[in-house]
Amino acid sequence: MTGTMLLEIEGLRKAYPGVVANDNVGFAIAPGEVHALLGENGAGKSTLVKMIYGLVKPDAGTMRLMGAAYEPAEPRAARAAGVAMVFQHFSLFEALNVAENVALGMENPPPMRDLARRIREISNTYGLPLDPDRTVGDLSAGERQRVEIIRCLLQDPKLLIMDEPTSVLTPQEVEILFHTLRKLSAEGTAILYISHKLEEIRALCDSATILRGGKVVGHCTPREKTARELAEMMVGGEFAMTDRAGRSFGNPVLVVKDLNLPPMSQFGPSLKGINLTLRAGEVLGIGGVAGNGQEELLATLSGERPSEDETVVIKGQEASRLGPNERRAMGLLSAPEERLGHAAVPAMSLTENTLLTGTIRRPLMKKGFIDMGAAKGFAEEIIKAFDVRTPGPHVAARALSGGNLQKYVIGREVLQAPDVLIVNQPTWGVDAAAAASIRQALLDLASKGAGVIVISQDLDELMEIADNFCALYEGRLSPPRPTEGLTIDEIGLMLGGAHGMTDVVAEEAAS
Amino acid sequence: MITLIKRPTPSRFWAYTTPLVAVIATMIAGGLLFATLGKNPVEAIKVIFWDPLFGANAAYFRSQLLVKAGPLILIAAGLAVGFKAGIWNIGAEGQYIMGAVCGAAVALAAYPAESAMLFPAMVIAGAIGGFLWGLIPALLKVFFGTSEILVSLMLVYVAQNLLAYVAFGPLKNPEGFGFPGSRNLQQYPSAHNPELIAGTGAHWGVAAALIAVIGAYILMHRHIAGFRIRVAGEAPRAARFAGVVPARLIVTCLGLSGALAGLAGLFEVSGPSGQITDSFNAGYGFTAIIVAFLGRLHPLGILLAGLLMALTYIGGDMAQLMLGLPAAAIQVFQGMLLFFLLGFDLLTNYRIRIGGARA
Repeated sequence: MTGTMLLEIEGLRKAYPGVVANDNVGFAIAPGEVHALLGENGAGKSTLVKMIYGLVKPDAGTMRLMGAAYEPAEPRAARAAGVAMVFQHFSLFEALNVAENVALGMENPPPMRDLARRIREISNTYGLPLDPDRTVGDLSAGERQRVEIIRCLLQDPKLLIMDEPTSVLTPQEVEILFHTLRKLSAEGTAILYISHKLEEIRALCDSATILRGGKVVGHCTPREKTARELAEMMVGGEFAMTDRAGRSFGNPVLVVKDLNLPPMSQFGPSLKGINLTLRAGEVLGIGGVAGNGQEELLATLSGERPSEDETVVIKGQEASRLGPNERRAMGLLSAPEERLGHAAVPAMSLTENTLLTGTIRRPLMKKGFIDMGAAKGFAEEIIKAFDVRTPGPHVAARALSGGNLQKYVIGREVLQAPDVLIVNQPTWGVDAAAAASIRQALLDLASKGAGVIVISQDLDELMEIADNFCALYEGRLSPPRPTEGLTIDEIGLMLGGAHGMTDVVAEEAAS
Repeated sequence: MITLIKRPTPSRFWAYTTPLVAVIATMIAGGLLFATLGKNPVEAIKVIFWDPLFGANAAYFRSQLLVKAGPLILIAAGLAVGFKAGIWNIGAEGQYIMGAVCGAAVALAAYPAESAMLFPAMVIAGAIGGFLWGLIPALLKVFFGTSEILVSLMLVYVAQNLLAYVAFGPLKNPEGFGFPGSRNLQQYPSAHNPELIAGTGAHWGVAAALIAVIGAYILMHRHIAGFRIRVAGEAPRAARFAGVVPARLIVTCLGLSGALAGLAGLFEVSGPSGQITDSFNAGYGFTAIIVAFLGRLHPLGILLAGLLMALTYIGGDMAQLMLGLPAAAIQVFQGMLLFFLLGFDLLTNYRIRIGGARA
């Protein structure tokens, strides 16, 4: 390492009761460097950046910013020192416009007209067009992220921290973002980029620090490694690939015809003219950026929201107005995206949570009376078959980690032997090993003759397990395309492209 | 510095211990209160908690215990089912009044005919009266999205005015020499709700309360319907995922708690009270809310909490009489009980760490 480093970290440690989140973590970032922080969920990435951003105070260790001691007591101090952060979850008010949202995050906001002008300037300079007068509720996830980025850029930061920035973007939007980040880097702003998407890191980052179990397990230059090598450094061993062989399609098990549904919330999308056919043995992938109707689609298919007559047909039988339990009896099961509070009751035990969906297809009750012994047995069966790490079935659902609870939720549905299974974001926030086992379970289910719909934002996941691919964009579902031979660019265009941004990219590319 | 740390799994130990700790803390704080009023605290606590059960004249007070606890338990058992589902019926007092009025109206319409069918008919009328009064906030919530808390509470005052109207009007005793109030049902054998076992105070309402406790226990802890009610209170979206239809749940919970409150009113008017007067209701419907929470919304807890609450009422009356404590001091004392219970309740879901806390 040569010259003065922008940020130097040494021996950083942070322990929470029962877990050491970071232990003796050290690395350095040069001005203008794009530095990746790579690791699985729970590897300690979030804790580390929270310490840099002043949200969490380290137990031990030192940080130096531009040679001077750096101990931010709170995010305001970090911002004053030139450190800005774009969070994975946006903190924006949907009912306010872009400029108002930006002003809310500032210490001394200038008059609205000046601010709007500054926003336009910055957005043009960095290729992130954004109209300051638009209401945030009407913006796409990618556009909302631009609001957050511009909010940071107004502070003229020396170091910009980005936490999983691409999880909500279409491939084209990712390109635009990378374009902006490279420009910032060329101007001398360092970027600390957190992700577990290996190809992105290889494309964007100059150097990488890999975390595992709260410790630094290696530094590398991502371009010199293959994605597989990076993954193995991250996971600490080889990991299994899924096996999708040996399936043939049977009769249609779920047919959706001209399904329309009004929005469920004020800024939520409506579903418009959805058509799809799912055959036995088929895995249908539905891709799209969250907020384009995924939740709404799951709610209508699962039976939580009834739809008009003759819009949902399960195994040849009309089911549009049937509730979730009647559909379960017909063989259609589902697993919603939100694990706590929707797919499981946080304060209830794993045993009790089997009763949420399991009483129709499993003998967990007799004439309405609960058989607690049978429920406990089913919970134990799920824990065993899906390798759920927990002291036992008596533990409350909220005490499980996200990945373990997801394995439980998927396991609960898969073990009920559905004919149709619909899952939304089955591996969101789940570590690589658990994600692979969940995907394999879905494939195994399909090879036994069930039809499976996987709704996901993770395109790599859909490419890996789906036979056919549809894009959900602004409540409309595209016709299915076989995943074999489908390129990432084609998918990106199916997902709504870059929200009117393609011209800019083309211009930049031309110049 | 004191920090609260959320427990991953609620503590079973504290769930069962907090009511006891709350009672002890109430005794200590109440004792201090009585001491500042110039009374001997030990004596005052003894008068409230000990004398009604084991002191002189205890036989009379013990029967009063069941008379007072019966309606509290009966109403609270119904309220707790709704509270578990996150449906807040605050108007049990009104449903209690309407049950009494409807039941008494059936009896007074039949007067003076004697029939073994009369009392059962009154019971049904009482339940229906409370049920329909509870249905009003339910339907308004389902169709117009109104708050059941406000509507059920305001309907208490409507019910009180209706009570005054019938006491002075349609149900007034024609042989009552102009005094307000209905005929006394205690003097009408077919309509009377008598003491079942002499000296215990147990009338049909106490029997109904016990049945309600057992029924509520089976519903909430053994039956899938009760499970879904609990899910609805914990996680409404998960409940819909489990097949709960919110409208049906609202009608069921408000209807059930209304019917039980109506029954309590009927048993009271045909038994201990005997007649419809404009001041017939004594606040059982409101106190039952305290009983439901004191009993942790658990049927067996409610049984114990109802008895404890009745004890503080009787003991409180005695303390006023014998020690000259002001009525307000007794009410503060009863309020403390709920305050401490809700306060210590925190320990079930959180643990406290003192000092050494780091951000």
